[in-house]
Amino acid sequence: MLNIENLQASVGDTQILRGINLQVNAGEIHAIMGPNGSGKSTMAQVLAGHEGYDVTGGSASFLGRDLLDMNPEERAREGLFLAFQYPVEIPGVNSTYFLRTGYNEMCKHRGQEELDAMDFLSLVREKLKLVEMDESFLKRSVNEGFSGGEKKRHEVLQMAVLEPRLAVLDETDSGLDIDALRVVANGVNALHSPEKAAIVVTHYQRLLEYIVPDYVHVLYKGRIVRSGGKELALELEEKGYDWVKDEAVGAAV
Amino acid sequence: MSESTASQPAADKSSDTQTLEEFASREYEWGFVTDIEADSAPPGLNEEIIRFISAKKEEPEFMLEWRLKAYRQWLKMEDPTRRAPSERWAKVSYPDIDYQSVVYYSAPKKKELSSLDEVDPELLETYKKLGIPLEEQKMLAGVAVDAVFDSVSVATTFKDKLSELGIIFCSFSEAVKEHPELVKKYLGSVVPTTDNFFAALNSAVFTDGSFVYIPKGVRCPMELSTYFRINAANTGQFERTLIVADEGSYVSYLEGCTAPMRDENQLHAAVVELVALDNAQIKYSTVQNWYPGDENGVGGIYNFVTKRGACRGHHSKISWTQVETGSSITWKYPSCILQGDHSVGEFYSVAVTSKMQQADTGTKMIHIGDNTRSTIISKGISAQRGQNTYRGGVKIMKNAQNARNFTQCDSMLIGDRCGAHTFPYIEVRNPNGQVEHEASTSKIGEDQIFYCNQRGLSTEDAVGMIVNGFCKEVLAELPMEFAVEAQKLLGISLEGSVG
Ligand SMILES: Nc1ncnc2c1ncn2[C@@H]1O[C@H](COP(=O)(O)OP(=O)(O)OP(=O)(O)O)[C@@H](O)[C@H]1O
Ligand SMILES: [Mg+2]
Repeated sequence: MLNIENLQASVGDTQILRGINLQVNAGEIHAIMGPNGSGKSTMAQVLAGHEGYDVTGGSASFLGRDLLDMNPEERAREGLFLAFQYPVEIPGVNSTYFLRTGYNEMCKHRGQEELDAMDFLSLVREKLKLVEMDESFLKRSVNEGFSGGEKKRHEVLQMAVLEPRLAVLDETDSGLDIDALRVVANGVNALHSPEKAAIVVTHYQRLLEYIVPDYVHVLYKGRIVRSGGKELALELEEKGYDWVKDEAVGAAV
Repeated sequence: MSESTASQPAADKSSDTQTLEEFASREYEWGFVTDIEADSAPPGLNEEIIRFISAKKEEPEFMLEWRLKAYRQWLKMEDPTRRAPSERWAKVSYPDIDYQSVVYYSAPKKKELSSLDEVDPELLETYKKLGIPLEEQKMLAGVAVDAVFDSVSVATTFKDKLSELGIIFCSFSEAVKEHPELVKKYLGSVVPTTDNFFAALNSAVFTDGSFVYIPKGVRCPMELSTYFRINAANTGQFERTLIVADEGSYVSYLEGCTAPMRDENQLHAAVVELVALDNAQIKYSTVQNWYPGDENGVGGIYNFVTKRGACRGHHSKISWTQVETGSSITWKYPSCILQGDHSVGEFYSVAVTSKMQQADTGTKMIHIGDNTRSTIISKGISAQRGQNTYRGGVKIMKNAQNARNFTQCDSMLIGDRCGAHTFPYIEVRNPNGQVEHEASTSKIGEDQIFYCNQRGLSTEDAVGMIVNGFCKEVLAELPMEFAVEAQKLLGISLEGSVG
């Protein structure tokens, strides 16, 4: 589904991604871990098409198409979803209206019929249950005044509505209390299917007890320095990142 | 007075900005010019021309005298556009206007097209984007209207209904002939002929406009000019409007049109006067979308307007709501004189400047009566090389007990070559007056746009949505039907201008 080869990206003169290789097949869940500042969010943003990063080398294909050639909205419409680590507020823009506009763009893209306000409302109401969110959020402006945890739930709500083929969740578990964590994880699991895939960026093994990954990768200084099964997360939890860092340094020498 | 200015030098243009600017540089595609075969006065201005206008309009003697008096005063006034830039009140710059080359009277004769097929397809596309019904599209584009929707008959039914209630709603020329006593009593009573250079010019040469009188205790049952906005659009470059709401009455008046308008006349100097007596309320909404000129500002309309309302009676209320997206230069300050005790003045404004547009707009709230209140909400949006200035005056007179004002003034910058400026003038002469002023400047966020893109929205739609969110409080004040069109208009006027 997603095939990343030697992907390199920088901001100005600073190189951040230094050659990422990653293959994600339908039905798989990949966890990405790694110390702060290692490039996890950058990778997620580059995949989603953020223009603030210059791709300086490598390639990425999504469902057989050149991902890097598409603009951000095309990527989204093709089924790539990013749950942001820091969702932005859009004052004055109604959440439901915002989401419906996006939803209908995707429908148009797929040649499906668009939903009117009433039908969309019933759809969203269903999905609200999944993330145990109150209906009052629908009347508010996009992320405006939402608490940290509410923003994260709201990201999962949007994902539930848009039903992406590949979901990239950037620290959706950070800042969540234990109940919220369970809710978010259940949401992600409920949406998962053999045709879909997910990349879950996290710092905590805890999340991976709920969302069980097929693979765990460790990103360090812009490279994936280690990959393994779900046990790798446990090992990291126990030993910290120092040993991977040491290994990476060793390998680089 | 304090000034806060936010603008950025053109240095270091990012690639994002470029895309956004390309986006903004889309041509004004909907302007079109109709051939108007007119029997016109020769260009230039003198007493003969004024007599000609007055005679053409078959005006009573008092009207001619009034015009001539205004003209003689105008001759003695200084043209503010010729002042040294440092002495100009408005922060706009313009080339000299040659008043002797202007044609002050031309009776428009509309040339009708036989079907919509003859209309510029791009114009139709815009009408469609704005959601204007088909039959209205025809009227706007100057196509002969068929029997299904006969504007004259609709207008007639509408008028019958109003006259049953004693409401007078007619063209200014008609009012001068049919209701001279009302015109005599109120014309110039809010904006005197000597008020300013352009108001004096307008008083001398205005050709038409609207007149509204709402009798005591009558609540006007419909938004005035909804049905007439198309016709009202053709009243020329010196438009005169007078609205009088008698005791306990209410009226909501809509001016302008979201449909793009192009005009041969570069200079527009309208005067609008509102009078609210005891317990009366006037709600005046404007959407202005005149030709803004090209990227270098060439060919755009100069819009120098004097709009003022007098809350003459106790508990009276006047609200101005405006969405301004057009013109190359806008200079306008709809104001309220709060004479009656407990009277209320409101000003809600969205002003968009893109390309080379310059807008210097705002309001004046003059508190004279006790317990008078005013609210000012201004949203300025600047894109490309647009310059947007808010200029607001709040004055609390010595005898106004417990007067209050709240002002909120927000600017949004799109790109890094535009500017936003805020000049609040506050004068409180009564110690128990309260004035609150809040101001903010923000840049439209790349991250906001990216977030929208990530949810499947195009950049165009994202900008429209973010801008509409920014203007929400003002749009909420517009009558429902107008608000929907205004929202679309904001999106369209900023197409291509994100940075
Ligand atoms: N727009 C930017 N401008 C400058 N530096 C940036 C930018 N974006 C990221 N960086 C830098 O790139 C590095 C990687 O950042 P990134 O946000 O991808 O890390 P992360 O792995 O997601 O970290 P965390 O776990 O803290 O979320 C950091 O050093 C960061 O400061
Ligand atoms: Mg991160």
